Amino acid sequence: MNSLIPLLVAAPLAGAALLLLGGRALDRFGHWLATALAALSFGFGLALFSDMLGREAEHRAVTKHLFSWVPVNGFQADVAFRLDQLSMTFVLLITGVGTLIHLYSVGYMAHDERRRRFFAYLNLFLAAMLLLVIADNYLLLYVGWEGVGLASYLLIGFWQHKPSAATAAKKAFVVNRVGDMGLSIAIMLMFAEFGSFAFTPVFDGAHEASEGKLTAIGLMLLLAACGKSAQVPLQSWLGDAMEGPTPVSALIHAATMVTAGVYLITRSSAIFNLAPDARTAVVVVGAVTLLFGAVVGCAKDDIKKALAGSTMSQIGYMVLAAGLGPIGYAFAIMHLVTHGFFKAGLFLGAGSVMHGMNDEVNMRHYGGLWRHMKVTFVTFGLGYLAIIGFPGLSGFFSKDRIIEAAFAKGGTEGWILGLCALVGAAVTAFYMTRVMVLTFFGEKRWQPDESGELPHPHESPRTMTIPMVLLSFGSVFAGGLFAFHDSFLTWLEPVTGHSEGDSPLSSWTVTGLTTACMLAGVGLAYLMYWRSPVPVVPPVGSPLTRAARRDLLQDDINHAVLVRPGSALTATLVWFDSRGLDGFVNGLAATIGGLSGRLRRIQNGFVRSYALSMFGGTLVLVASTLLMRSV
Amino acid sequence: MIAGLAEATGTTSTGEAVQFWVLAVVAVGGALGMLLMRKAVHSALCLAATMLALAVCYMAQGAVFLGVVQIVVYTGAIMMLFLFVVMLVGVTSEDSLKEQLKGQRFAAALCGLGFGVLLVAGIANAKLDHFTGLSEANAEGNVPGLARLIFTRYVWAFEVTGALLITAAIGAMVLTHREHVKAPKTQRELAAQRVRDNLQVPPLPAPGVYARHNAVDVPALLPDGSPAELSVNATLRERGQVRDVSEDMQRRMAELENATADWLGRASSERPVVAAPRRSLEPAGNHEPEEGEQ
Amino acid sequence: MNPVNYLYLAALLFTIGAAGVLVRRNAIVLFMCVELMLNASNLALVTFSRLHGTLDGQVIAFFTMVVAAAEVVVGLAIIVSIFRTRHSASVDDSNLMKL
Repeated sequence: MNSLIPLLVAAPLAGAALLLLGGRALDRFGHWLATALAALSFGFGLALFSDMLGREAEHRAVTKHLFSWVPVNGFQADVAFRLDQLSMTFVLLITGVGTLIHLYSVGYMAHDERRRRFFAYLNLFLAAMLLLVIADNYLLLYVGWEGVGLASYLLIGFWQHKPSAATAAKKAFVVNRVGDMGLSIAIMLMFAEFGSFAFTPVFDGAHEASEGKLTAIGLMLLLAACGKSAQVPLQSWLGDAMEGPTPVSALIHAATMVTAGVYLITRSSAIFNLAPDARTAVVVVGAVTLLFGAVVGCAKDDIKKALAGSTMSQIGYMVLAAGLGPIGYAFAIMHLVTHGFFKAGLFLGAGSVMHGMNDEVNMRHYGGLWRHMKVTFVTFGLGYLAIIGFPGLSGFFSKDRIIEAAFAKGGTEGWILGLCALVGAAVTAFYMTRVMVLTFFGEKRWQPDESGELPHPHESPRTMTIPMVLLSFGSVFAGGLFAFHDSFLTWLEPVTGHSEGDSPLSSWTVTGLTTACMLAGVGLAYLMYWRSPVPVVPPVGSPLTRAARRDLLQDDINHAVLVRPGSALTATLVWFDSRGLDGFVNGLAATIGGLSGRLRRIQNGFVRSYALSMFGGTLVLVASTLLMRSV
Repeated sequence: MIAGLAEATGTTSTGEAVQFWVLAVVAVGGALGMLLMRKAVHSALCLAATMLALAVCYMAQGAVFLGVVQIVVYTGAIMMLFLFVVMLVGVTSEDSLKEQLKGQRFAAALCGLGFGVLLVAGIANAKLDHFTGLSEANAEGNVPGLARLIFTRYVWAFEVTGALLITAAIGAMVLTHREHVKAPKTQRELAAQRVRDNLQVPPLPAPGVYARHNAVDVPALLPDGSPAELSVNATLRERGQVRDVSEDMQRRMAELENATADWLGRASSERPVVAAPRRSLEPAGNHEPEEGEQ
Repeated sequence: MNPVNYLYLAALLFTIGAAGVLVRRNAIVLFMCVELMLNASNLALVTFSRLHGTLDGQVIAFFTMVVAAAEVVVGLAIIVSIFRTRHSASVDDSNLMKL
């Protein structure tokens, strides 16, 4: 059964290779081939899952050594896979949601000339992401990490004829490099400290390592996670990444790739458990990002960017939970999975709305759509209820447990984190209600497109609605299933461990508070956007709104803090290079050239002249010999 | 007698002293002559004299074999080789002794003087009072003594010099050998070529024949009194061995014209313009080989 | 007379030869000057042989002569081939190596 593990990666990888190298011949059925291979990978995942369930909890983790990658003495890197409960969760999420989104893309990209290439990139992404989560050492994980970065870059810039898309792809790539640097430094530190970067020796050796080194590794891993998961301060790329096709936003920038940071932190729990300072940094990043993303999400009129802010915020929840240590890891992953379902569903719904509205993204130009696209409305609505944490749906269970765990952290810290999470829950409810109301309810604010025609909203084709329906099932039931008898917690415990914190509030109190916050957010949004008319042109708004519309000035801050000093430094260096170094080098060359020009005259080409110098030299030699003798 | 020539003393016999001073004067005179003579052939003869004097010096010092070899090989073979080459290049050609390199002659003199002073000082410093002499080494005769050394201790060097000589001989042959890329043109082909090119259809003019000059190196004169270069062999032209008599002729023509004008009482402005004397023919640079040269 | 005078004579001849190499332009004469220098050194070698009472100096002088013969053969061949192509035996004309 273990021999199926490499096939998880191989199937989509083969699809990518086939589609990229196969040429036009594959244009007709290439998308179905890619979807079939994704489904095949999901099938392998299911087979492995059933196999895993058949074993005892402590024997469920298996490793599969494929071949020795870098067999150098003292530097051993293997292509080896580890499939344990954590990896299994991710494999099922990635291949399952991935297959659905492949299916959705068949309809969504039906009229794109370069559809084959799009599916090749999607398959490439699946392969890289699967490699990331089943790698048995950090170096192989890094390969997958870079692979998903590449796929993300290619897919954000898929419509590269749009300058905004090309720029967004570049931005995502550059910002991700900063995080990747963190991961590579972390791997180097591990190698220096433990002499290996395979999971087992690193985690076993962590007990003997000094806390300072573990903190350094942890902080570098956090930097990596910030880059990939769009956490403050490396969050700026995610909003722009919405330039990519909507299925990409759903799969990569909502459900899977952006959660790689959470995976990394959870996977490295052995390191973080022993480095409390690094964990504090993680929770701070998570708490800041969850509020940051929520505030940004409130102000955006672009439906995808509002959802992107929401993604950022929800991942903030996960990072916060992962930073809490053993009391939070399982809930971080649980929220990750439920979020994968409902956020992918929301994005697919947004894509469906855009599909029906002539690619209009501005929510102020929507309104009253529920009548025209019923399936989209229902699935989007279920996703909406899930994300705001409506009791009984997925988000309710997972988010509630995270807030509970934040309080359970204990002390002042616990209170601060818990309150942050509660406020975040309220804001989430607010902005998601805003999105829902602006899009599906109220009066029609449709605007004519460039050709002067009003859009004719219509339901999307079957290939698009089926994935949305299936995902909405996940949005509704996944949370309950996971929370039932703490099944998810039990499932993950062998990998992440678990400990109950001592919460100052009882479990029911937290649930009540969360629900109250959620209802408050919904109510506020109801008052603001349902009861009062929505202007088509956005009002000026408060300074906070204006800042939030500009992503809370993230680009301005980056520009002021990084770009401008960098440019100044570069200009200085260029000046120094052209004046100082080049001046020196050119001056030296000119001096030598001039000297050589003078010296050249000695070489007049007359043999007798050369003979004279030889004779003179002999004279000097004889004279010096005699002198030395006489002295 | 030979053994007695190199006694084991710090001094030599009076006979040898007299012989030395005579030979030294001859050798130095020959060397200076070689240095100062304008014609290469004279230099060669002066050097031959020096070498002969040195040969006698060798014999006087007990190196009988070397003395003979010096005469046979150096003055006999090598100097003859020099003379052959001198003949090939032009026996009468003279060097212009005007120095072209700035400061070369002064620097050469300075270096030479300094070097000479240094050598003399070195020798004088060496305190060479006792000369062992060769009477013992030459006991069984100079040639057997040399042979013993050459074929025992220096046999390897001897073999190598043999190889060197063969290499040198082959090298000389390779250097002077002229490869014909294509078959040389026959006279018929050359004649056809001349007619085709229409450059010099009739035969080249013959050298000048005068009452006092009838040699091949005297160019014929054109009607205006200037020499016809084509009338002289190209090789002679190259060596600069053309004897130009045109100057002489033109001077006489001018004298004749003047005398005639005087006798006729013409004013100077009416007198015919006499061609200015031509400069003597310089050795031509590297012009195209003439057609008949092959 | 002290036989060391032979050495003075050799030094004088060598210097004259060296000066000739530097002063004369005709390649043939230049070669003769080189020969004169070789002869001068031969004279010195023969005198040293007498000084030490061994024949090694004479053997070396003998080898010098052989090498000189080889050198003359090759050198004159070079002069002839240069004369053929450049129609001149002056060493100053062969300055194509100049920049």
